[in-house]
Formats: sequence, structure tokens, C-alpha cells
Amino acid sequence: MNGAPLLEVAALQKRFPIGGGGLLARRAPGLLHAVEDVSFTLRAGETLGLVGESGCGKSTLARLLARLLDPSGGSIRLRGEEIGGVAAQRFGASPRRADIQMVFQDAEGSINPRHTAFEAIARPLRRLRGLAGPALHGKVTATAALCGLPAELLPRFPHQLSGGQKARVGIARAVATEPALLVLDEPTSALDVSVQVLILDLLKALQARTGAACIFVSHDLNVVRLLCDRVLVMYLGRVVEEGPAEDLFTAPAHPYTRALVGAVSVPGRPRAAERVRLAGEPRSPIDPDPNACRFHGRCPIGQDRCARAAPPVHALPGGRRVACHFPLTDGALAAA
Amino acid sequence: MNDVAAATLVQAAARAAPRVPVLEVADLSVEFRTRSGTVRALDGVSLQVHRGECLGVVGESGSGKSVTAYAVMRLLDPAARITGGRITFGGMDMLGAGDADLADLRGRELSMIFQNPRASLNPIRPVGTQIADVLLRHGGVTRAQAPARAAALLAEVGIPDPERRARAYPFELSGGMCQRVGIALALACRPALLIADEPTTGLDVTTQAVIMDLVLGLARARGMATVLITHDLGLATEYCDSIAVMHAGHVVETAPTAALFATPRHPYTARLIGATPRPGLALGDLASIAGSLPDLRREDLPACRFLDRCERARPDCAAAPLPRRTEAARMVACRYPL
Repeated sequence: MNGAPLLEVAALQKRFPIGGGGLLARRAPGLLHAVEDVSFTLRAGETLGLVGESGCGKSTLARLLARLLDPSGGSIRLRGEEIGGVAAQRFGASPRRADIQMVFQDAEGSINPRHTAFEAIARPLRRLRGLAGPALHGKVTATAALCGLPAELLPRFPHQLSGGQKARVGIARAVATEPALLVLDEPTSALDVSVQVLILDLLKALQARTGAACIFVSHDLNVVRLLCDRVLVMYLGRVVEEGPAEDLFTAPAHPYTRALVGAVSVPGRPRAAERVRLAGEPRSPIDPDPNACRFHGRCPIGQDRCARAAPPVHALPGGRRVACHFPLTDGALAAA
Repeated sequence: MNDVAAATLVQAAARAAPRVPVLEVADLSVEFRTRSGTVRALDGVSLQVHRGECLGVVGESGSGKSVTAYAVMRLLDPAARITGGRITFGGMDMLGAGDADLADLRGRELSMIFQNPRASLNPIRPVGTQIADVLLRHGGVTRAQAPARAAALLAEVGIPDPERRARAYPFELSGGMCQRVGIALALACRPALLIADEPTTGLDVTTQAVIMDLVLGLARARGMATVLITHDLGLATEYCDSIAVMHAGHVVETAPTAALFATPRHPYTARLIGATPRPGLALGDLASIAGSLPDLRREDLPACRFLDRCERARPDCAAAPLPRRTEAARMVACRYPL
């Protein structure tokens, strides 16, 4: 836990232009604010969870960090070096490509169906590490073994592998170049619990071995709680709360986090009497009002001020931050 | 006075015939004939659901949860063959029923909510029209009344501005909204039994909670029987009165929800609970389940299909018949239960 952080993200922003243009381009095209003013740091060996509803920008943020998308503003620094300025199209040729790798949600769809498991794992090694011949073969087999893939499965094509085996190929391919940062987008969401345990164990073991930092995107809060050291909660592109996983789950300070945590059902635990339920759906992410809290209208404790001013970010004890006019700090302070 | 007399009669009837299940599946077996052999997808499945109750059917993919649901709805693929057992719904023999009777029953007395809300709706018809279709077919509603009734149903499932949304096509609605439409469709004619097949998979946790509260709230208010098919033990805990655990086409255990988690008796139930993440547990506390589902095309399937994955297995576990011990409200299909 010493030295400079591995990853420093500051004021990161991504806006997608939509609509407008066309023949009768009278008005400027709208902008979809997918990621807005996101800042955080990550140390080597740390696991950061990204949670929020679909459309909150967590996958866009993951892709910005994996440098598959170009940010509209802000900076991404890896070991102090600015990497946000390199165009995503040319990042593949950058020496930093081997340092940041991604595991995709859909193992089936993200592996080329015409590549064997061996080829899928060999490609990044050949391209990014320049390995060939016996050295390549050795590294592929070793990585596969590390990821629990027996050598006899390596000549198989994706359709000849089970869901869990495909997930392992996706992970082996990502960790083959020994990246410093691993971005995982819902790696276990398609798996049964019995297989999920094995994959989570594998990720933890790989991380202990390589010291890689992980960014773990998931909608399963029980899994995030299990795996992550810290958690970022996102709502409509903005980080509404950040903090150590256990504190954040036991004493959420943002009303949205509280609703999110309250909605999680726990096996074997009877239903709680008092539950917070969110009414309605998130508002549109297209050209949102800059002078309002984005959660206003859905927020159970929102007041007039929330519609007139963007919420300030409060720092709470224990390295927590919450962006709210009226944070639920009693619980948060008690936990800190 | 008449109302009081009627109420007394109903109570008397309820006392005279206690606990007649709305749905009773007894010893149901289903096979699929495929090019690579016969898949014995269900073997001796028995389930019961009573009025106002919610039964959870849980298990991993391939355990036969959805096949059971489709068998009850009599919507199985043509390659499927029901080789044994009975399905009784409201006293009626579902396996002997003709196509016309079934078409009359489905959507009126017996409804289903499907896993993928967007795919289960007709993409080229406005959602209000789709609900009106069901009302016209089953609900005794005139063509003039149908649009207003459809909008009222959309309002009942919490869709804001229902008159306008009734004219929307499924692609114009979010996943959560589409699932609300699916619920409105399923509940349009106040069915006696609702089968919900993974109704919230793919929805956000916040939306999931709201949708489940809605479905179960309406079900309890109307005294409907509900079967909730899910792979999510958390969801089953929160909403079901009792749970049936399936593995490889067998119901391995049935128990009231609290009892199942407090004292699981089948080794598979225990392993499934032990593999599920929950607060207060570290990753090291979770254990996987050894092996995988057996190939259901095998000729020599042992009587207990969990045999190869079970650490408590003994030589006589392979011998038929599979014991199904029943005591109080519980059933466990194991020779050496926990």
C-alpha cells in the first residue's frame, strides 16, 4: 500500500453525440452524457467494483479505462504516464496495450469462433510480447494451466467448450501478457453459481500471484461485496458514492446506494420489514440539466435544493466520498 | 345477509376440502427425442401449489426447471414426449385435455411470464393492442371497452401515462417496462395460476425488486397460486413460501423456504447454498460443486443423478428406485440425507 497509485483517473468524461445533423440540421446534435467527471485512484493489487443500473455508464467507463473508447475529456494516467490522449484505434500498437487487458461479459461472443483456445491465448502474446515458437507454446500452456484449462482442451474451438471453460479462455487470454490492470466486465454473469465460485477463486488467485489491479464491473452486489476492496457507485454517468466495500454496503451514505443495497436479496435471509424501493426510471442522459442532482425526482429524500444545484462531494471518514446534498451520514459515520 | 351467508358457505367449503392444490404435478416424466439420442429431461417430477402460495423452483441451467413449466402449460416442443405422470390443474387433467380446451385455459386460468420480456412480446403490435387481444379472446370484453381496460391494466402494473404507453411498440420501452407489460398480459384475465420463468433475469436489482413486489403483491391480493422459476436463491428466499430444488431432471428436495436454508437435507441443496455468495462470507467460505450434470442421454443413468458429484455417495445409491422420503411438508430424494 505504498508508493504512487497505479492508475489515476481525473475528471474523466465521455459524451456521445446523438441525433441532430441530417438534412434539416437546424439545431445542434444532442449529447448523451455517458460518463461525467469521474475521478479515482487505484493501487496495484487492489480490486475496485463498479456498480449501478444499466445505462449508468459503468461499461462505458470500463471501456474508457481499457482504452477501447476515446474520452471526451479528463485524464487517465497509468504509472504516472498519460494514456488518455492516445487514440483508441492506435492504442493497440502502444507498448501500454499489454499492461491493460479486458475480460468481456460474453465469453462466447468475444472469442473468435474460428480460433482454437490455444490461438485465442497465443494472439496477444505474439502481438504484444513478440513471442514465437517454443517460447510462445510454453507460455500459452503455462497460462492455460494457471487458469485451470487442461492442455487437451487447447486445440478445441469455442463451440466445443462449456460456459465455464470459455470464461477461463477469456481470462487466460487477458492475463497472458501479465497486465498491470485487468478490466472485467461482468465476467461471471452467464455462469451458474457452482462455476462462478471457481472463476472468482481463479481471479483472486491470479491477482495474488501477479499483483494486478482489477476493475470489476458487475450488477451482482453479493459478488462485488465478496471480491472488491473498494466500490464506486454510479448513477447516470456520475459517481454518487465511493468507499471501502464493507462500509459502503453496511452503511450506505447516498440515498441511491441505500436503495441499491436494499434491493439485494440474500439467500436464506428473510425479507426485511422496511425496504426502500425506487419509483420510476432514471431520467434521460441526453443533455441533462447541469444545475440539478441527476437522482432528483427518483430520490426518496430529495428536496427543492436538489433541483436547483448539483450536489457537492462530501468526504467522509474512512476514505469515503458521497455526492449528495443530504447524505445519510449518521450511519456512515458510525461505520467509519 | 346474502353476502354473509355466501361467505359462510365459502368458508365451509374451504373447511370441507382443505388444501386442494391449484396445480398438482405427480411423477411427471418427459423425454426429448434428438438425433444424438433420447434425453430424459424430467424423471418423476412432483410438485404442488396451493391458492395464494408461491412455490420456487430453483436449480442450475439444464436442471429441467423450464421444461417443467412448459410441460404444465402444455407448450413443449414437438420433439418432447410426456412418458408418464399426471398434471392436474383445478381438478382438470391437463394431459388429457384437447387443444381447444388448452387454448381456452391458457391466458385465462393459467398464465406465464417469460424470461425475455422484449422477445416474448409481438414486436410489430402496440403493447396496448396486445393486451386488448387477450381481453377480447378471454376476458368477455367488447371491442369498444378493450382499449380502456388495457390502459387500466397498464396503470395497475405501475406504468405512468398508460394511455400514451398503450400505443408504444415494445422497442420503445425499457426492459423493465416491457416486463411490466408482460405482467399486465399475464394477469389480464385474473388467472388462478401464474408461472413466472426467470421474470427478472437481465433486469437491474432495483427494477427486479420492484417487479417482484408487483407480481407477488398482485398474486397475494388475488389469491393466485404462483410458481417462480429462478436460478437466484436470494430471490427465491425473499418471495417463495416453499422451494423445490431441481437437479438433472429430478426434484431432489422440497421444503418450506426457511427450513430449506436452515437444514438442507439433500447434499445437492447444501452444496448449492454453499456456492452462493452472501454477505458475511469470504470467497474462501464458498465451495464449488464437483463435476457437472450427467449426460441425460446415457442409457445407464444411475437412479440418483447426483451420484457422481456427491461426496456422501455409497454403492447402493445407484440402485433403483430413487427413494423419495416425505415427512411433514418436506420431501428429500436421497438414500442417505443430511
